Amino acid sequence: MSAGVLPYTVKPHPVTGLYSGKFGTWLFLASEVMLFGALFSSYVLLRVGAPETGPAAWPSHEETHLSWVIGGINTMILIISSVTMVMAWASFKMHDFAKGRTYLIATWLLAGAFLVIKLLFEYIPKFQHGYVPAKNNFFALYYTLTGLHGLHIIGGMIVIGYFIGPGSSLWRRDPEYYTNRIECTGLYWHFVDLVWIFLFPVLYLM
Amino acid sequence: MGGAHADVSKHMKAYIAVFVALAIGTILTVAASRIHVSTPAHIGIALTIAVVKASLVAAIFMHLKWESAPSIWWVLLVCVIFFVVLMLLPSLTTHDTPPQVVHGTWG
Repeated sequence: MSAGVLPYTVKPHPVTGLYSGKFGTWLFLASEVMLFGALFSSYVLLRVGAPETGPAAWPSHEETHLSWVIGGINTMILIISSVTMVMAWASFKMHDFAKGRTYLIATWLLAGAFLVIKLLFEYIPKFQHGYVPAKNNFFALYYTLTGLHGLHIIGGMIVIGYFIGPGSSLWRRDPEYYTNRIECTGLYWHFVDLVWIFLFPVLYLM
Repeated sequence: MGGAHADVSKHMKAYIAVFVALAIGTILTVAASRIHVSTPAHIGIALTIAVVKASLVAAIFMHLKWESAPSIWWVLLVCVIFFVVLMLLPSLTTHDTPPQVVHGTWG
């Protein structure tokens, strides 16, 4: 589809006051808040409703064997990736394509590092030691929340990868449109970081 | 979002400042989990730091600080209202007790 087909990709829509991609992204993020909100609500319900003692009691940190060091490292990786993402947008905004693309590549690599750490140091060892979703309510929620978050990371990597690779041809045709698409990608990516900001204390520290 | 070249340059300082704040916030979250206070206090401290960190991400990285279009704020207002309802659901369930069964009313 050529850049001219979709209306209001660069100029603000007269009704919303925003270019349409940005308004659509915010609507999508609002729906994402509901998705993760429902799961956080489930977490509260199950944790508050868990008995004090017995096999159904909420497990302590010693029992879950989740490392706050690994969780903390991944938190920092996502925070840095948010910085590189917003720097990519700022570079494109200042017409520096090479710098912007470098920041995008850095963001993609950091996202990959997050997933590799999650998989190699958390998911695989946990499964090997029998800490599967069926073990208890905590692990059911842990895998649902972090798994859904991980899928969002993969989704982000696909989109960022597209704009590093084939999608970058848009820069030559319409740099402003390309920069706006990077801004929308960034909004999504910061939201993924924002969700993790809550997941880290809830699952690793509380 | 302001499109001027100079504006973006100014924003970059804010991005770095937020990064530092987020890093400090992460360290504080871990440190706070190690102090000996009650579980509700732990949860309160951790969630307060998380809300501050999330607000910084939304305000600076997601450019909400510089957004003036009312449409975004309307979307966010509705989103916040529904999010609060979702978070209140667990406490509402404690009031959702089954009605008492009355036996023998049919003679």
